[in-house]
Amino acid sequence: MSIENLNIEKDLISVLETVSDPEIPVLSVLALGVIREAIEVDGIVKIKLTPTYSGCPAMDVISDDLKAAFSEIGKKAEVELVLSPAWSTDWISEEGLQKMEEYGISRPLSESHDIDVLLHGKKLVKCPQCGSTNTHLVSQFGSTACKALFKCDDCHEPFDYFKCLK
Amino acid sequence: MKHNHLYNYILTIADNSLILAQRLGELCGHGPSLETDIALTNISLDLLGQTRSYYQYAAKLKGEDSTEDDIAFLRIEGDYKNCLLVEQPNTHFGYVIGRQFLFDVYHFMLIEKLQHSPDETLAAIAKKGIKEVSYHKRFSGDWVKRLGDGTEESKKKMQDAIDDLWRFTDELFYMTDVEKAMAKEGIGIDVSTFKEKYYEEVSEVLKEAALTVPENKYFNKGGKEGIHTEHMGYILAELQYMQRTYPNMQW
Repeated sequence: MSIENLNIEKDLISVLETVSDPEIPVLSVLALGVIREAIEVDGIVKIKLTPTYSGCPAMDVISDDLKAAFSEIGKKAEVELVLSPAWSTDWISEEGLQKMEEYGISRPLSESHDIDVLLHGKKLVKCPQCGSTNTHLVSQFGSTACKALFKCDDCHEPFDYFKCLK
Repeated sequence: MKHNHLYNYILTIADNSLILAQRLGELCGHGPSLETDIALTNISLDLLGQTRSYYQYAAKLKGEDSTEDDIAFLRIEGDYKNCLLVEQPNTHFGYVIGRQFLFDVYHFMLIEKLQHSPDETLAAIAKKGIKEVSYHKRFSGDWVKRLGDGTEESKKKMQDAIDDLWRFTDELFYMTDVEKAMAKEGIGIDVSTFKEKYYEEVSEVLKEAALTVPENKYFNKGGKEGIHTEHMGYILAELQYMQRTYPNMQW
């Protein structure tokens, strides 16, 4: 889903782009797809934010960072957490996915391939270091709730895989 | 309070997640291996996140100055409505997995139905949570099979855990007056409707794990009515310590 379809005011985009996910600093909150709405009403910026996972601690940080970013340009921002519709990895932009890979996190596969790699040991996840798909699952849970831990059997580097969430 | 039944119903669901999250949180840095340590605390975090969503909703219904923190930290033991299963201790890894598995199968079936509740907030929390819980269930089910079908010792520990925890499973399907009232209104879930399906699914995994399905018909209950096992006080002592010692403290 591209941000063009969302109610995000153009004037606010440049500020929103400066706020990133603390766990994946290369990814702006816009690229991550967690900003569902951003409008200015009576001088106050009203933002709707959706969590990636229910307990994601990054949400509190992102919320504070958003307020701080707008206060720097003299604007007050209010952040509301919305749960529905639930966030999906489909909402990460293509540019975001590319940045994520360059950062060393393998991008989410399709839902059926995701199950194949996480449950049936199929070798489909691409190593972000060397590009090989000769990789294996080390742990279904990684450094954060949204990731699983993998290891490349060619270059032997461990890496995070961003799990598919739909 | 206007929404008394709904408020209490939300706690019936949410307290399970809070107490289990607390139990799993105790394992942070103490898991048997790095991967399982991370997995169990990740599950804890998911459950805690779901709890927060439920409590925020409950606090809104209660109005006045109620907050999610008051609900989590400032109730007395008898006001917590979690089932006895989730408060059982982290005796050993097999026990942790057994408790998790017996809860996950139930939890998944519950929120699978709750997604369709006409109460939009409950439905939204369930829809958000179900993806997480299906992952928990895969993890715990997988480990039941690994331990059950593993070494002689892992098999014994897994079987002991299931045998011991079995007596807490029936309570999951016990309907309190609040649950009955909410089910009648069409907002809550009649948990008795998936009791049979629950035991079928659990038995299937246990058989696959080369374990014996317990035949014990003696069951404990009480947690959902606020009558807890001795473990609950110790959990709350740790959970509430900061708020009791430094009232109204914030991060």
